[in-house]
Amino acid sequence: MARMATTRRVVISTAMAWLFGFLIFFPILWMVLASFKTELEAFAIPPSFLFFHWTIENYATVQERSDYFHHAMNSIIIAGGSTLIALLIAIPAAWSMAFSPTKRTKDILLWMLSTKMMPPVGVLVPIYLIYKTFGLLDSRIGLVFILCLGNLPIVIWMLFTYFKEIPRDILEAARMDGATIGRELVYVLTPMAIPGLASTLLLNLILAWNEAFWTLNLSTSHAAPLTTFIASYSGPEGLFWAKLSAASTLAIAPILVLGWFSQKQLVRGLTFGAVK
Amino acid sequence: MGQITLQGVQKSFGPVHIIKGADLDIADGSFVVFVGPSGCGKTTLLRLIAGLEDVSGGKILIDGKNVVDTPPAKRGLSMVFQSYALYPHMSVRGNIGFGLKMVGLPKDEINRKVEAAAATLNLTPYLDRKPRELSGGQRQRVAIGRAIVREPKAFLFDEPLSNLDAALRVQMRIEVTRLQKQLGTTAIYVTHDQVEAMTMADKIVVLNGGKIEQYGSPLELYERPANLFVAGFIGSPKMNFVTGELALQRGAATIGVRPEHLKIERDGGGGWQGTISVAEHLGSDTFLYVDAGPLGMLTARYIGELSLHAGDRVSLVPDPQRIHRFDSGGNALRG
Repeated sequence: MARMATTRRVVISTAMAWLFGFLIFFPILWMVLASFKTELEAFAIPPSFLFFHWTIENYATVQERSDYFHHAMNSIIIAGGSTLIALLIAIPAAWSMAFSPTKRTKDILLWMLSTKMMPPVGVLVPIYLIYKTFGLLDSRIGLVFILCLGNLPIVIWMLFTYFKEIPRDILEAARMDGATIGRELVYVLTPMAIPGLASTLLLNLILAWNEAFWTLNLSTSHAAPLTTFIASYSGPEGLFWAKLSAASTLAIAPILVLGWFSQKQLVRGLTFGAVK
Repeated sequence: MGQITLQGVQKSFGPVHIIKGADLDIADGSFVVFVGPSGCGKTTLLRLIAGLEDVSGGKILIDGKNVVDTPPAKRGLSMVFQSYALYPHMSVRGNIGFGLKMVGLPKDEINRKVEAAAATLNLTPYLDRKPRELSGGQRQRVAIGRAIVREPKAFLFDEPLSNLDAALRVQMRIEVTRLQKQLGTTAIYVTHDQVEAMTMADKIVVLNGGKIEQYGSPLELYERPANLFVAGFIGSPKMNFVTGELALQRGAATIGVRPEHLKIERDGGGGWQGTISVAEHLGSDTFLYVDAGPLGMLTARYIGELSLHAGDRVSLVPDPQRIHRFDSGGNALRG
């Protein structure tokens, strides 16, 4: 009896998991399907699921109209650059907070996180004006800078939790073994923190890649990343569903592939310290 | 050489005084154990010697040289941590050889030394394993290997056996003692376990509340405790203390008798009368916890089996040669 109940429970929960997984994935699937439809079929009612006239003309049009690779390159530079700079700042910051905390360390950490609680639109006007004054509008450097600052609190928090998990004894053992601070860093701490560094890097890369508020508001063409590229398909002339879908598919493809190959790291990074 | 001298060493964390002026002379090659209850400052004192904490006052001399401003690595000491503190990403070979690599020894020499240390500790088959693939006892041996391979002036052990199970602890205790004698290197060993202290030490430092209560050989501490604290801390089960009339008769504020120095007689003898409340029969020993009325609870130990049970009346006769006397300040009275 008990065994049957267990089996039934496993079957039901598996089915539920698949159902929820499908529900969450459905919009992406629909977008991919729509990208292979003609504009007419894309918003036909009732919608056709698989039996429509498959075409890749949307992709050709998208590439023709706007240079995908130009925007993709911008995305890579902006997401990659902001992530690297954020890590360079965050590593020493998280390091010192984890290994030589002061009375105010907790407050500083909370204060940093609190900046993420403010809606970005609240500071849009001042930042826009600052960018305008310094000629940073529609520049890659400007976007790298804003995304780096925006994600810095999360990067520091993540690294802080990682470093916190490294036992002090091990660092002291290295010190007793004659390691200087530099060698302690290279031979002991960094290798031990690599999983943490990797998942922080990945998560930040994804956040920066998908960031749309600042990239849309502070760039137009030269520095515009893929988010702006997608948005350009919903304009005053109308909404081009199929082309928009094709552009979106192209925009999320690289990050989707990256996420797929690094999902183990990501899950570990996101749940780190949650249990235990 | 590894002679370590402490002169008025103090340590405070803010307003809290952890070590209140420690003076100590540790002879080269000796095995000294710091023992005391938790929070007595024994680990802090060890970390001060190691250089992992800075002293707030006083001097630490290693072979006559004051090292208070010398970083840990330059003091020529090595340390075995309670948590082993092995480098998880390095193999056993890497762990043991790390200190030598930091000194900049050539690779083949490191290998030779690591293999020699591994052989001493029966670790040769595990040299290429990672710490997570080892048992607790093996990890502890790697930690010891890491300490001995550098041929330090002294070993510092911070409760190294407290994470091991009882059987392994006894075995490692013997191994550590044997190894230390074989190498002839000075060792300072921190523990809260007085059995470890008694069995391993050449000399014991009893610490309490940041102060050194007594420094002497295990038997000295057992036979001539300097004060009530040491008398109560060294010896298991702990010494019985009696105050009041009986103590005053002997010219003391408190008298103490160890459980093994109380002769157990059936009721009616001339000693201290009482009723057994608990009797523990271990085969080799019998421990009696006796409710002696106004004298309080007394513990008596009998070597071998004694067929007495809870509720039986007994009379405890102290060995007059083995009665310890203490004044009202808790200090031992001699003569």
